[in-house]
Amino acid sequence: MRARPLAAAAAAIVAAGIATGCSSEPAAAPRPAETSAAAGPVTLTYWTWAPGMDKIAKVWNAAHPDITVKVSKQAGGDDASAKFLTAAKAGNPPDLVQAEYQHLPSFVAAEAVADIKAEVGASRAEFSEGLWKMVTLGTDAVYGLPQDSGPMMLFYRKDLFDKYGIAPPKTWDEYAEAARKVHKADPKVYLGTFSSKDPGSFAGLAQQAGAQWWSIDGQSWKVAVADEPTKKVADYWGGLVKEGVIDGIPYFTPEWNKALNDGRLLTWPCAVWAPGVLSANAPKGKDRWAVAPLPQWTAGEGHSGFWGGSSVAVSAKSPNKAAAARFITWLNTDPEALRLLVEEAAIYPAAGKAQAAMTKAPDYFAGQADFWQQAATAATAARGFTFGPNVGVTYNAFKDAFDQAVAKKTSFSAAVQAMQDATVADMRKSGFQLAP
Amino acid sequence: MTEPLTGAARAAGSGADTAPGPVPGPVPGPATGSPARPGRPPRPGRGDAARRGGAAPYLFLLPAVLLFTLFFAVPICYTAYLATRRIKVSGLGLGRGSRREVSAGLDNFATALADGELWAGWLRVLGYGALVLAAMLGLAVLFALLLDSATVRLARFSRIAIYLPYAVPGVAATLMWGFLYLPSLSPLRGLLDADLLGPGTVTFSMANIAVWGGVGFNMLVLYTALRAVPGELYEAARLDGGGEVRIALRIKLPLLMPAIILTTVFSIIATIQVFAEPTALRPLTNTIGSTWSPLMKVYRDAFVTGDLYSAAATSIVIAAISLVLSFGFLRVVRDRAFGEG
Repeated sequence: MRARPLAAAAAAIVAAGIATGCSSEPAAAPRPAETSAAAGPVTLTYWTWAPGMDKIAKVWNAAHPDITVKVSKQAGGDDASAKFLTAAKAGNPPDLVQAEYQHLPSFVAAEAVADIKAEVGASRAEFSEGLWKMVTLGTDAVYGLPQDSGPMMLFYRKDLFDKYGIAPPKTWDEYAEAARKVHKADPKVYLGTFSSKDPGSFAGLAQQAGAQWWSIDGQSWKVAVADEPTKKVADYWGGLVKEGVIDGIPYFTPEWNKALNDGRLLTWPCAVWAPGVLSANAPKGKDRWAVAPLPQWTAGEGHSGFWGGSSVAVSAKSPNKAAAARFITWLNTDPEALRLLVEEAAIYPAAGKAQAAMTKAPDYFAGQADFWQQAATAATAARGFTFGPNVGVTYNAFKDAFDQAVAKKTSFSAAVQAMQDATVADMRKSGFQLAP
Repeated sequence: MTEPLTGAARAAGSGADTAPGPVPGPVPGPATGSPARPGRPPRPGRGDAARRGGAAPYLFLLPAVLLFTLFFAVPICYTAYLATRRIKVSGLGLGRGSRREVSAGLDNFATALADGELWAGWLRVLGYGALVLAAMLGLAVLFALLLDSATVRLARFSRIAIYLPYAVPGVAATLMWGFLYLPSLSPLRGLLDADLLGPGTVTFSMANIAVWGGVGFNMLVLYTALRAVPGELYEAARLDGGGEVRIALRIKLPLLMPAIILTTVFSIIATIQVFAEPTALRPLTNTIGSTWSPLMKVYRDAFVTGDLYSAAATSIVIAAISLVLSFGFLRVVRDRAFGEG
């Protein structure tokens, strides 16, 4: 009696196993024949979370019957990177993968992505020096093509700034003053929040201050997550959180959405992709938000940083690297594809000529005619840094350490030191050569 | 211990608890009911049958063995193998061949055992588990006894209502409760002026989710066991002048012991493996770290920081501790539970 449901379950498992076995075979079968990458139809799988990418692939497929791109929609973020690394280790990765800049070095270190310099090297002129460095990691190889970039700006509630009588802050000192003023006027309202769940945002702010978390020195890595600029940024926010004038609720949470919608959060230092998030999470704020350059550490400077942005890489295991490279070159440099990327995927393309061609401000910011000029200024002002081969460790350490620091209002620079220690310990354990 | 269960299953299946339904525990089955002495002669006969059957028994066994090997034994062996390996990087770790898998001996186990975070996780789970076990099983026993009492009304409705949360997937339940806990969204906020996801309260909030989801299942197991108790026992108790409460305490509770022990073992194992609730709550609060429970640390090592090898070692350590805890518990209570048999 008891064994029956088990047997049924077991049968189901076997059936499922057979089914997947069968379904994966036809996909794999044509591959070996294509190693030569010349004739015959090829099918490429593409893992991405960019919205509307299936429509863009359809356009490509219609024009290129020999190379069919199959888009497989992924969840974004750190999970996507973990999934790809696992698939690569298991031996069945997709041919193409969307790779956030900070995760690309981990992919390279795991030998999961291919060097496609020979196939895409000619596209170099399409991208800025800074973005190109993100896909070469400062080496001679090229591990992907830049797709979008996320220069940071300051998004703020124009109507509420007027209400509380504050002007867009030019420096971080002014930002702190404004934070005190707003919170004093209404204790339920905050100028902003510090998110302990978004290491990417913190990395961007640290970049603006001139941080260099990783760098390559000959044959060894230099790790400086706890460098002076980063500590300065950390202590600035830590001080405001401790003072109680900056909130501590994480971004992208239901609480945060509600605070944005209710007008209890007045600014968001975020990347150029913010309009998409705001329109989805805070629909009530339409036409009430405006954009300004990030506040500066020293008056008169013009620096920014990057939050997010991704490239498209080719799997080291893909038997169709040449075809894959052809597709991503089209996707990220062809004017028609770039237009589709902007319209369908709502991204800020990495290619310079596409950035220049953007004119109509996002709907949510319809009142801000100079939205894209501001974005272009931020893009040239943004300074990035080389990401290391174990960003996952560093970012996880950020979340754990800053969760604690925000909850207990303890030192933020101590949290930064915890990130540095975790990063170095992990690299040392794996055997990476570290500069003294 | 299987007797009352099968009896109860039969009772539940027939839907009625009329007199001839449940079979009292110690009644021997018809197969073994044949004369006691000549019990010997049949044995060689069965042996003959097996010999005559040839490969048949093995054939019947094959699917189970095959599945066990494929989905249980092989993964465990692979995990054990992975646990003794590690990655060795040379230089920058970029480019071909700069990364090799080498033997690590027992280093990964030593690291896992010496890891303060893992033990801190065990402590947190221990506290959480004590809360969950006490509240969940206590309530399950109480509800089962109430539902089984002669005077209960709306028994069918209550049974379903209490059981229903178990049908809600853990992650969905956690998100639902998470929203109820969030200060600015919660309708409870007006009633309770406390941060339900704060450092001091988050364990209780999480235990509440597990209790809410688990009481129904455990209640059903216990209730089913109660239905299998022969009615004559109650009749005798009533004739002796026992009231409902006394019957519950003196007759039902002792008879329930094996089932309570069974549900306790299941609950201990489930608690040790707690993962979905804290993982789903983590994005909502900054009081749950990435290594809150031991299994969360395994997940983090394997898929966030990319170290499959130490994750494998840690999961073996966790499996060993679960075995020790659940078998240890069984050892302690064995005499009480099965002593009468």
